[in-house]
Amino acid sequence: MDSTLPLPTPPLPTVPATEKILLTIIGLGLLALLPAAFAADAFQARVSLYVAMALVSVGTLLWAARKFGGHPAGVQQDNLWLRSSTSRGSIAWLTAIVLTGFYVILYWFSSPDEQGNFGLFNNLIHALDPLSQTLRQRPADQWFLYGTFYTLAILVMGGRALWKYRHSPYQRIRTVSVMFFQLGFAYLLPSLLLAFQRPEYYFSYFWPLKYDYLFPGTVSYLLKDGGPGLGVFMVFWGAVISILGTPVLTYFFGKRWYCSWVCGCGGLAETAGDPYRHLSDKSREAWRWEVRIIYPILGLIVLVTVLLWLGVSGMLPAWATTSQPSSIGLFNNLSPVDALSKFYGFAIGAVFSGVVGVGFYPLLGNRVWCRFGCPMAAYLGLLQKHFSRFRITTNGAQCISCGNCSNICEMGIDVKQYAQRGEPIIRASCVGCGMCSTVCPRGVLNLENGPREGRYQASQLISAESLRILS
Amino acid sequence: MNLVIIGNGITGVTCAITVRRLRPDAHITLVSDESPYHISRPALMYAYLGHLRPQDLKPYGDWFWAENRLELVQATVTHLDITRQQVQLRTGEALPYDKLLVATGSVSRFQNWPGQELAGVQGLYGLPDLERMHRDTHGVGQAVVVGGGLIGVEMAEMLHSRGIAVTMLVRDTHYWGSVLPPEEAALVNRQLQAHHIQVQYSTELAEIMGDDAGRVRAVRTSRGQEIACQWVGLATGVTPNISVAQESGLETDRGILVNEHLQTSQPNVFAAGDCAQHRQPASDEVPIEQLWYTGRQQGETVAYTLCDQPRPYQRGPWFNSAKFFQLEYQTYGRVPARTPADIHSFCWQHPNGQLLLRINFREDGVVTGMNTLGIRQRHAVWDHWLRTAAPITQVLSELGTANFDPEFYRRHEAAIVGQFNQQFPQYPVALRRRKGLFSFS
Repeated sequence: MDSTLPLPTPPLPTVPATEKILLTIIGLGLLALLPAAFAADAFQARVSLYVAMALVSVGTLLWAARKFGGHPAGVQQDNLWLRSSTSRGSIAWLTAIVLTGFYVILYWFSSPDEQGNFGLFNNLIHALDPLSQTLRQRPADQWFLYGTFYTLAILVMGGRALWKYRHSPYQRIRTVSVMFFQLGFAYLLPSLLLAFQRPEYYFSYFWPLKYDYLFPGTVSYLLKDGGPGLGVFMVFWGAVISILGTPVLTYFFGKRWYCSWVCGCGGLAETAGDPYRHLSDKSREAWRWEVRIIYPILGLIVLVTVLLWLGVSGMLPAWATTSQPSSIGLFNNLSPVDALSKFYGFAIGAVFSGVVGVGFYPLLGNRVWCRFGCPMAAYLGLLQKHFSRFRITTNGAQCISCGNCSNICEMGIDVKQYAQRGEPIIRASCVGCGMCSTVCPRGVLNLENGPREGRYQASQLISAESLRILS
Repeated sequence: MNLVIIGNGITGVTCAITVRRLRPDAHITLVSDESPYHISRPALMYAYLGHLRPQDLKPYGDWFWAENRLELVQATVTHLDITRQQVQLRTGEALPYDKLLVATGSVSRFQNWPGQELAGVQGLYGLPDLERMHRDTHGVGQAVVVGGGLIGVEMAEMLHSRGIAVTMLVRDTHYWGSVLPPEEAALVNRQLQAHHIQVQYSTELAEIMGDDAGRVRAVRTSRGQEIACQWVGLATGVTPNISVAQESGLETDRGILVNEHLQTSQPNVFAAGDCAQHRQPASDEVPIEQLWYTGRQQGETVAYTLCDQPRPYQRGPWFNSAKFFQLEYQTYGRVPARTPADIHSFCWQHPNGQLLLRINFREDGVVTGMNTLGIRQRHAVWDHWLRTAAPITQVLSELGTANFDPEFYRRHEAAIVGQFNQQFPQYPVALRRRKGLFSFS
């Protein structure tokens, strides 16, 4: 409706000098990545990388302290839709291209060759060798580089989120939780396991997000390499949380116990992705695509898992588990079942969750993967919708239809459609980040766990329109 | 039924939606010259702040109107032809109606100050005002906001976000003196101070002075002080928008006069929302209500009248809410700025100066109203307490059930009840029931 509600674009307030100095520190840090990636001298590259990480981290934290801490605590999102960086402007495009390119290089141009040469990221990866040796007792590889950057992003941008949302205990505790699970469960603990010659295992990722944790290949590998005690525990842990823990926890707390408190993908979205949460598409059409895409993906990974187990137990016809040549390089010398599994890993595991999921943060919002692609989110969502005590309550008739809740919703839920009708919000996609409640200027929204009876009951203080608003 | 609604604000739209539900066959047309689609007026400030885009001001998607067969006409109404039952548009077209709802809302109320016609002087009510404010505050360094009410503080927040230095002129001795008791106003004042808004209380606007180009350059206050500024916001209230109704022969006073079914003096013509004035308001209630909420309730009531299922307008216990910079405000029931002699007023404040809870009650203990700043309260619970004339002892002992703060927020019921028992030992209270993350009730 830009053509029908024409508002002049105002000038942005000038950036204060202190902020400029701090942004300069971040810029210098990013610049130091160049020698880290390209310097011929290994020592120089190493020093440059650590300097880069230090400058970017310190610069970002100080900048956030200045930008958010310099104002009274509360909702701080002035000029969100006016700044180029957060409104799909030129800076956003540039950021998206850099992020997407990083994933493309990481996934397809950084695998080691026989000489231990890691392609385009070789320098950066080897620059991390000392850290990797300390933590994991072995040289770095491309996934250690990725894990280090990922964890740093969650910690540093988590620090920013703590400044920004310091007035809200819910947001503070939740942010600390995702920082804790990323650092402890998805970075230090897997490293420690490797240092002790054990399988690298992420205790905070579960099937069907970490789909191979219930694949026969991974299960047998964990049991073998993890040893009788640890290996069995890892397989047991993964299976129990996937099959038992997830329904039970979701029943009591909703999907949020995982998606916005524990999960690493969610952790990155809630911290590094926080400046982009409003970019998610709230239209009815986007919701339809969400349903069309996410449930088939859940179906596909369930199918792949079942087929793999049937295959190893010999219950499939021979052709399905016999390797066959293929003109498509990706599938050459794979059995049809393995090819399907490989296809899932490539299309969903790499392209969707990484390249699109994170690379497109600045254009499509920070939860594209969680909303459209993640089979774990689909599974949790079905439980949340049909078998949970969780709902977002709306407060009587206090809604003024201002739309701040819909705007901030990273999952693209048009929250105000419910709030202005006084209806509780029970949606499969809601990850319970609590931002709608945080930004509501009239105290209308609240995340609550309560009895399932009357969970859909609308407020008596406002007449539900009972018109078809949402399909 | 061929229904024409003048105005696509919350009143007109609520009426249209309700009539569609009651009478699926009705032909419904909404006429407005402000915007092609319904917008949320209370959200206007968020578009200026950059929290929202202009299109985010629309509570419903554009498909909503066609799918529910609600015809939208963007045009100015020039005359109501009551004998021929048609609405005359500026385009020359006439819209015939069987029934007509006038829901034209309000217009900003100015007091004929010298210089109020200068460029850079305006009120803030609708979308055209927001457009002007967007345009006219470009490059402005200092601004003056006249009026200490909800719109005044909104304007101050908007200007503050652009780095514009704001001076507020407030007629009363404290902020929103006609509505807020002094303690509440003091908390709002702290917000204004924290955001570097200069406030001059007990000060009125005397004159607005312009430069040679016809643009505002300064104001003079009732205290004789001259304040340089390049923009002036007049936030001194609104008055019903009745010009068309008046010249078309509807009986009016300050607003369009209506009975309890929101019928006007003319057959088949109805009025609701900001522009309507109740001939016989219920006791203790005002004849003209200018809130989003009351607009919605009147829109619904008039829809029932239009569909021949009349039920008298009953607003129920009063409620309202607002946000002053970072400070949230909710009120339920009646809390006058000056506590009447026969009412007890219990006011608890947190030492941090950011939380307040006030409960008013009668000598016999019946609770009559509450104000809260910084603590969210559950509308349904307070509505129930007010409707059932719950005594203060019950309300305070069950106060936890009314809390609507998010999980992990500090709870203050114990401190509140403790202070109450000290202050009013004749109404002893024992605190019961807690709400929390692990409550399974």
